[in-house]
Amino acid sequence: MDELTPLHPNYVKVVRLAALGAMLPFAIGALVLEQASVLPTGAFIVPVLLAGLYLVIRAPLRRYHARGYQMGDDRLRVVRGLVFRSDTVVPFGRVQHIDVEQGPVERGYGLATLVLYTAGTHNASVSLPGLAHSDALEMREAIRARVKRETL
Amino acid sequence: MTALAAPPPEAWRRTSPLSFVVGAILSLRSAALPVVAGMIGTGMWRQGWLVVAPSLAALLGFTALFSYIAWRHFRYLVGENDIRVERGLFSRTARAVPYERIQDVSLEQTLIPRLFGMVDVKFETGAGGKDELRIRYVTAAEAAALRATVRARKAGEESVAGILETVTEDPSRLLFAMDLKRLATFGVFEFSLVVFAVLGGAAQQFDFLLPYDIWDFRHWLELLAGPGHRLQELGVMTQAIGAALALTVLALLGLVTGLGRTVLRDYDFRLEDTPKGLRRRRGLLTRTDAVMPLHRVQALKVTTGIVRRRFGWHGLSVVSLAQEAKSGNQVVVPFARMDEIAPVVETAGFALPDDTTEWHRASRHQRTHAIALTVVPFALLAAAVGALGRYIPDLATGLPLLAAFGAAALGALLGLREWHLWRRRRHAIDARQLFVEHGWLAPRLDIAARVKLQSVEIAQGPLGRRGGYADLKFGVAGGELEMHGVPIEAARAISAAVLDSIVAVDFSRLPG
Repeated sequence: MDELTPLHPNYVKVVRLAALGAMLPFAIGALVLEQASVLPTGAFIVPVLLAGLYLVIRAPLRRYHARGYQMGDDRLRVVRGLVFRSDTVVPFGRVQHIDVEQGPVERGYGLATLVLYTAGTHNASVSLPGLAHSDALEMREAIRARVKRETL
Repeated sequence: MTALAAPPPEAWRRTSPLSFVVGAILSLRSAALPVVAGMIGTGMWRQGWLVVAPSLAALLGFTALFSYIAWRHFRYLVGENDIRVERGLFSRTARAVPYERIQDVSLEQTLIPRLFGMVDVKFETGAGGKDELRIRYVTAAEAAALRATVRARKAGEESVAGILETVTEDPSRLLFAMDLKRLATFGVFEFSLVVFAVLGGAAQQFDFLLPYDIWDFRHWLELLAGPGHRLQELGVMTQAIGAALALTVLALLGLVTGLGRTVLRDYDFRLEDTPKGLRRRRGLLTRTDAVMPLHRVQALKVTTGIVRRRFGWHGLSVVSLAQEAKSGNQVVVPFARMDEIAPVVETAGFALPDDTTEWHRASRHQRTHAIALTVVPFALLAAAVGALGRYIPDLATGLPLLAAFGAAALGALLGLREWHLWRRRRHAIDARQLFVEHGWLAPRLDIAARVKLQSVEIAQGPLGRRGGYADLKFGVAGGELEMHGVPIEAARAISAAVLDSIVAVDFSRLPG
């Protein structure tokens, strides 16, 4: 197998921010339970903090290393997944249309997500996050040039 | 749509005048039940015919009037480049659909329109469901002409008049038909107890009409204690006869339901090979007529049933792009021998697996893991329940042991099922196609053309990485195709081979 192109390093930060957002309710809940002091001090906040540290610091980095893509002449390969790995290839000849999406956080870091739509029921859309916005646009143009017709 | 040249007013056409009669009857039919329910509910029906009759007459009048207005304000035009439809009295809707966007024209006849010789014409654009353009209702001749026109225009021919004949003279070859005997056999295998679900549902809906509350358990107890009491005194022999009688009635009901549904749906089933694709006509009361263009067939499914498999009966469905909104599955041969299915498969541009097909099994590790995943939780459960019985003596003796035994038995059964599933699952790849066979009691064979696949995914879970196997998932337009537990090296090889044949043919230039 050929070498995969890694995503933009900023992608780690985007995932971390998302993880932080997801952890927030748990942290607040743990603090409230600590205040109620039903169990000895630290019974809630310590495990939550440890889990949070892993999910915010370590997991995004591993996730980032697990992801990658490979832009070929006639196909795009997207690899993702830490525990459940998936390796998807979409031939450009089967692409129906292409989106470049940008969420608020992604925009802040100058990233974008490239989404390829196919006519298949399975993998109707294949998204590739964590690309530099300019790269995503470039890839879109390159793919579009090879899609002979936009729709059926 | 840019400014369209206004067509002459005389080019516009109305649907058949009979269609407003049909429309009125149909809306009356759907209005009847709520109205009757309303009358009963408000107690209006008690006030005699003097009140009821005028209200019914008013309902009839309004329905007819609305139906007439709807008919009056519906018109359509078969233009040079598109079909246009205008409708509505206050809010007018105008829609133009270019011919090249129309995938197909399907004709449908439900019972009441059929009595009047009316046809519902549907233009399939891929918009799906409600958004499709429909012309309701026209005469059968007009429907055929509309279909012919659209097809001819799609094909890019010049005048309408000239083509009509060529299209109606299309040579069509009968591929498959079911006579009454076959239909009856099919009906027997379609044995269904769905009637009880329907009866149960109806009982729940209309229980206010019943003399007692059927959901009240005590009432049934009383019934048993009363006349039912005599049953207990009749002795074992009579009880056994009674039970046998009940089972017979059950079997008869299931048989009749199956036969009835099958005859209604598949009466006079005909599948023809026409230049426009596979044409299927079927139905007793609601007769449908649909054409599936061959180039839109993405994959095939050869299906069977638990019992009918033993007698060598199979069915064939096509997966196509046309019915994205629905299931994407169309039955083309409902019930036949394999040698009757083979020519249809061939006509559709596919081939059944033969002796040269190299079948492969899923990885043995996958089998081990799948069995372990089902058996281990049950074994743990059985052990836990057994232990519970040991340490809590208050529990009724024997009960925990029985539960533990049950859990163990269930686990063993499910494990056996997994083993059987693995044994039945196999896949193959040849120069043109992919084959996947899977299923436990009623194995199914999926056939897909390599060039018509949309994407390839290799998915691997933690167990798959340990055992060195993966699932291969293919994107099929309108369906799914998956090879389970393929050894990773083989999976990579299949993926690469399929991708190579996909990129060799551009989607928009697929044959057909």
